[in-house]
Amino acid sequence: MTALPFIFLGGNMKSVITWASYVLVHTPDMVIANGSTQTTERIVNPGSEYLQQLPKHIRSYESALSYPPNRCYIGDITPAELGAMEQPYYENGIENAERFSKFGEIMPQDEFYLLIQACDSFDLVFLEENFVKTTKEKLSKHPLMREDILNRIKDGTSKEEIERFINEEHAEGLYIKGEAVGFVKRAHDVDTNLSAHIMLENLVSKASSVLSLLHTMDKSGVDPSEIEYVIECSEEACGDMNQRGGGNFAKAEAEIAGLLNATGSDLRGFCAAPAHAMVTAASLVKAGTFKHVIVTAGGSTAKLGMNGKDHVKKGLPVLEDMVAGFSILVSRDDGVNPYIDLEHIGRHTVGTGSSPQAVTSSLVLHPLQSANLRIPDIDKYAAEMQNPEITKPAGAGDVPLANFKMIGALAVKEGQLERKELNSFIEKHGMQGWAPTQGHIPSGVPYVGFAREALLSGEIKNAMIVGKGSLFLGRLTNLFDGISFMMLPNKGLEEEKQFDDKKLRLMLADALRKFAQSLGGEGE
Amino acid sequence: MSLLEDKKVIIVGDRDGIPGPAIEACMVGTGAEVVFSSTECFV
Amino acid sequence: MDLENQKRVMEFAEKYGPENLVIILGSAEGEAAGIAAETVTAGDPTFAGPLTGVQLGLRVYHVCEEEIKNEIDPDIYDEQISMMEMVLDIDDIVSEMTAIRDEFCKY
Repeated sequence: MTALPFIFLGGNMKSVITWASYVLVHTPDMVIANGSTQTTERIVNPGSEYLQQLPKHIRSYESALSYPPNRCYIGDITPAELGAMEQPYYENGIENAERFSKFGEIMPQDEFYLLIQACDSFDLVFLEENFVKTTKEKLSKHPLMREDILNRIKDGTSKEEIERFINEEHAEGLYIKGEAVGFVKRAHDVDTNLSAHIMLENLVSKASSVLSLLHTMDKSGVDPSEIEYVIECSEEACGDMNQRGGGNFAKAEAEIAGLLNATGSDLRGFCAAPAHAMVTAASLVKAGTFKHVIVTAGGSTAKLGMNGKDHVKKGLPVLEDMVAGFSILVSRDDGVNPYIDLEHIGRHTVGTGSSPQAVTSSLVLHPLQSANLRIPDIDKYAAEMQNPEITKPAGAGDVPLANFKMIGALAVKEGQLERKELNSFIEKHGMQGWAPTQGHIPSGVPYVGFAREALLSGEIKNAMIVGKGSLFLGRLTNLFDGISFMMLPNKGLEEEKQFDDKKLRLMLADALRKFAQSLGGEGE
Repeated sequence: MSLLEDKKVIIVGDRDGIPGPAIEACMVGTGAEVVFSSTECFV
Repeated sequence: MDLENQKRVMEFAEKYGPENLVIILGSAEGEAAGIAAETVTAGDPTFAGPLTGVQLGLRVYHVCEEEIKNEIDPDIYDEQISMMEMVLDIDDIVSEMTAIRDEFCKY
């Protein structure tokens, strides 16, 4: 029997990256009050030398603002420009650094406290009255703080009330230069899942994600009312004791960001979550389910000052004083913006194994092989892009470099690269790391905004974004995880012409005729 | 003399170096018994 | 070294006897390897965990060191680890590990 020809009707629609925004918040006091290294130290070693020395290593806003890796994160300089700059970066700040940038901004701590309050819908956040007056005036000058967001900021309370709640009511203090200017209440007297500590962490994640969303809506050219779905991909959990990780940070954030026509959900996958979320968003758009999907995430308070002990010991400033966020808008094909290739997704599967070779093969080699490409055919790789100035003093090495070395080493093993070409491969296809060590934040996605521009300008012809996750940290599995995708340039909508009607009818008629003939034959 | 034969082995792997399960796979045939394996993640 | 891992090392040293234990590391960097090695021999140098001030003096090696590599099936080593020899600074790791063992290992 003749096989019917397989006809594609639609399904060729591409999912493009319309915009990527990146924000940082400088949170010097939260390093001391809320970073888990510090909170743990206060329990295990209360009077320690480290805790005493730490305040002397906290940076000013101006210092954080001019710090080159931070400027790179918000798109003021490219990774290549960062790589060419003099090190150590913390001694070579960029002059005349501005708060607002192409991709977002670096917000100061005081305004962020107000934003946290604006994001609170349960009367949990209280701030001192004079602090509110002064800071609200500052925040109202922010170009993206709509009236309805500013109206969510409450009149302040007294210093006495703040002291009382911190000392007697289990509230988490909010500090400026060591002085309490507010607090976050616990949301329940008994349920530990609604403790002040957890509410603060969740509100910080929410507020930093909201800030990113505001920037994306401002710069993408897409009307907020057109956003139909938000996927949030941080590593926090919100819920009470009966639904500990119930979630939907996405919806909570969409609400404050003013995305009235959006619903959403959260995607969790440790550090690989952003890459998983990008693949999911692109798939939803390609399937025609939604026209515009935003992938978003805020930052982590727990990771502030994570490597502080080593930074202080080695005489560095505490470089992990930034809460980070990002929001990436994925849309249906506009014929212009680069698209996400969904045909050749790299997957670290249950059966892949944990050896670095197996991991890198599953995420890089195999998807490229399925696309008839070799490892050196990808112009730029972005795996984990942590700023090595943060990680090297802590003995954790240069993570982006290690990733590029692994990819290159695999290419050597597979005969796609000469051993002696390894260093030049890394130079050509890799990049200097720049992202803050905020878990999911550095994992592949910091490069998306730059990749979009480089693909639009023709500077690169492709890029591969790799996300990796340490699932074993949840003590539920020893497995590793990861997912990868390529970003490719758009060749224009003309290339995606559907079959025209007449041609389609002729093909169908021909197929049916052949089918009828074959049936007639079998009848004998 | 064998370093590993008849010994109890504890593995402390590194996500950015050699992870625990990869080292564990290497212990097969060495005569060592792996009593504990973990992988650390510093980033 | 993670506090939980330190606790396990202590428990197993007690259970099986320190002379019967071998710690194998997979550290990415020489410095991290050195700190982990020091933790299970001379005590946690960061004073953070249960092995603070505890001198177990255990045998400790990095999986890429010759002494351990030689005992591993070459095919398995090739599949699981060999690629990382192009990535890790093995000389640096060996130098850190040797220094710690020479000074603090009791067995």
